[in-house]
Amino acid sequence: MKVELHNLTKKFAGGARGKDTVTAVDNLSLEIPDGKLVGLLGPSGCGKSTTLFMICGLQKPTAGKIFFGEDDVTGLPPEARGVGVVFQNYALYPHLTVRQNILFPLQNLKGKDKLSKSEMLRRAEEAARLVQIDGLMDRRPNELSGGQQQRVAIARAMVKMPRVLLLDEPLSNLDARLRLQTREEIRRIQRRTGITTVFVTHDQEEAMSISDIIVVMKEGVVQQTGKPQDVYDNPVNLFVAKFLGTPPINVFEGRISSGKLVMGEDAVLNVSGAQDCDVIVGIRPEGFIPDENGALRCTLTGVEVMGRDKSVIFTSPCSKAPSIRAVVNAESVVDTSSHEVRFTLRPVKVLLFDKITEKRLECELSQVK
Amino acid sequence: MKFQHFKGWIYLLPAILFLGAFMVYPLIDVFIYSVEEGYNFASQTYSGVGGFNFSYVLHDPYFLQALKNTFLLVIITVPTSTLLALLISVGLSSIKPLRSLYQTIYFLPYVTNTLAVGLVFMILFKKTAYSDGLVNLLINWFGGSSVDFIDGPYWAKLFVLCFYTIWIVLPFKILLLTSAISSVDQSYYNAARVDGTSRFRIFTRITLPMISPTLFYLIVTGFIGAFKAYSDAVALFGTDLNASGMNTIVGYVYDMLYGDSGGYPSYASAAAVILFAIVLTITCINLLISRKYTHY
Repeated sequence: MKVELHNLTKKFAGGARGKDTVTAVDNLSLEIPDGKLVGLLGPSGCGKSTTLFMICGLQKPTAGKIFFGEDDVTGLPPEARGVGVVFQNYALYPHLTVRQNILFPLQNLKGKDKLSKSEMLRRAEEAARLVQIDGLMDRRPNELSGGQQQRVAIARAMVKMPRVLLLDEPLSNLDARLRLQTREEIRRIQRRTGITTVFVTHDQEEAMSISDIIVVMKEGVVQQTGKPQDVYDNPVNLFVAKFLGTPPINVFEGRISSGKLVMGEDAVLNVSGAQDCDVIVGIRPEGFIPDENGALRCTLTGVEVMGRDKSVIFTSPCSKAPSIRAVVNAESVVDTSSHEVRFTLRPVKVLLFDKITEKRLECELSQVK
Repeated sequence: MKFQHFKGWIYLLPAILFLGAFMVYPLIDVFIYSVEEGYNFASQTYSGVGGFNFSYVLHDPYFLQALKNTFLLVIITVPTSTLLALLISVGLSSIKPLRSLYQTIYFLPYVTNTLAVGLVFMILFKKTAYSDGLVNLLINWFGGSSVDFIDGPYWAKLFVLCFYTIWIVLPFKILLLTSAISSVDQSYYNAARVDGTSRFRIFTRITLPMISPTLFYLIVTGFIGAFKAYSDAVALFGTDLNASGMNTIVGYVYDMLYGDSGGYPSYASAAAVILFAIVLTITCINLLISRKYTHY
């Protein structure tokens, strides 16, 4: 089921007498292709959960339309939309067993949709098998681990065979290891059922790792939509560049001067297709290559060995950051006794942004010969 | 004994002393009094040990009347007040405008002085030389004839007593239930709405189980409180409750000790022990039933 959002806006009345309105989602348009897993990504308060709640019908948009396929569902109540929702805290009914929890949505069906008891049980078993909790049907939610509760919540959302599955911060209540496992699980279930899925997260790693498409939001406005790798490699602005990637991108001040990118005193890369101006230089941690004759000179603070790779931590006169982190491979040699460290930059990992608008500058970067 | 243990007991000593002197000792004493036959208050002597006091109390028509009154009061007021409180709380939780105003109004009886409440009930129900009371005015309005609620037929007096009791206990129950309802996590309701759950089913399958511990607490304390009723009856019918036929078990105990016919601590103790046995039994039954229906 293709989901389309047309110019969706949500305003909340704020302030003591409702005078100040807060715009949570601002004129958001989005097309979610059928059968894809889409991650809504952004810092807290960016309107991603509000968007999700508008898709599922728990909140009414102030303006705009929502389409499921050809159907305009904007005015429909949640139960008429055919959505399954997994809530952040799972919202499993604590007094009901796993089986009763999964049966709950089916027992609500009325009229021609009403199912026989055996059919309901069969559907519940099927949903439980899908998320591999069929052995826990008689337990109560508080007798389950966080990951198992999460699966029950997914089973409950899936049991009425919704057209769209919506997940609100599905992994935020799990510990780091379980999170890794569960996100693969969500991916597996989504692939197997082919259900159009939207999930909300503030964790960029989570979104990048399992989404077909990510949507980066900021203050209610979509910044960029695309495949995770594309968005990572070609962010449209500094916000998106900063938001994606761990460790985050390092930000420097620099300028373009007669075809060269200059940081401080050092001309680090050749630039073509851009006029001379002051720029913000974003360099991914993996964009630094330690090099005794490298063009970029920085002050070494320390080296952290991670096993698979190592982090070189340094400061630079052209960056306000108290420490800058470069991730280099474990074999590269960094002279820790020296105060100065020099790098050559990988052009593809260097992004230039306009100093005022913070928009990405379209230009070609290449090594200085 | 280790010093640490010793220190712990010292900390506990004040509480143990006070509780022992003013709670445990009197409790034990009541049981002892209740089996001492022919106890003489002046000489502090008794003629023997046995069950005569219980037998006397259980054959005393005043006690049987008090027992009947108390049981009727419990059976009528506890379910009625709990249900009413539940209805009002659900109503309060589902409205937004003026909620705090209504909450204040419903809570007023709790902070109102007992004498003031008594006065209001006088105006409502008491027949005087000048007026038949507001309620009788209403009854007359609809073509009925006046009923004397304070000195009249038994059912009328019982009605007033139950009405009064329910009105007095309602605020506390509403207060606890509204807070219990509002502390139910909103996401359960969101989940239920997404699944198209009807309002009635949301109430019976989600709200009720979620607030069942509070509800159970209110029912247990409601039973105990109603069994211990006394002051309400005094406020309405005066101190000579046996004469008006509206005595309660606690009233009977008091009368046996200090009333006009008083001075019989043994009978009073026996009646108190019987009340204790009744409350214990009912509370145990409550506990057994609640185990099935309460979800913590």
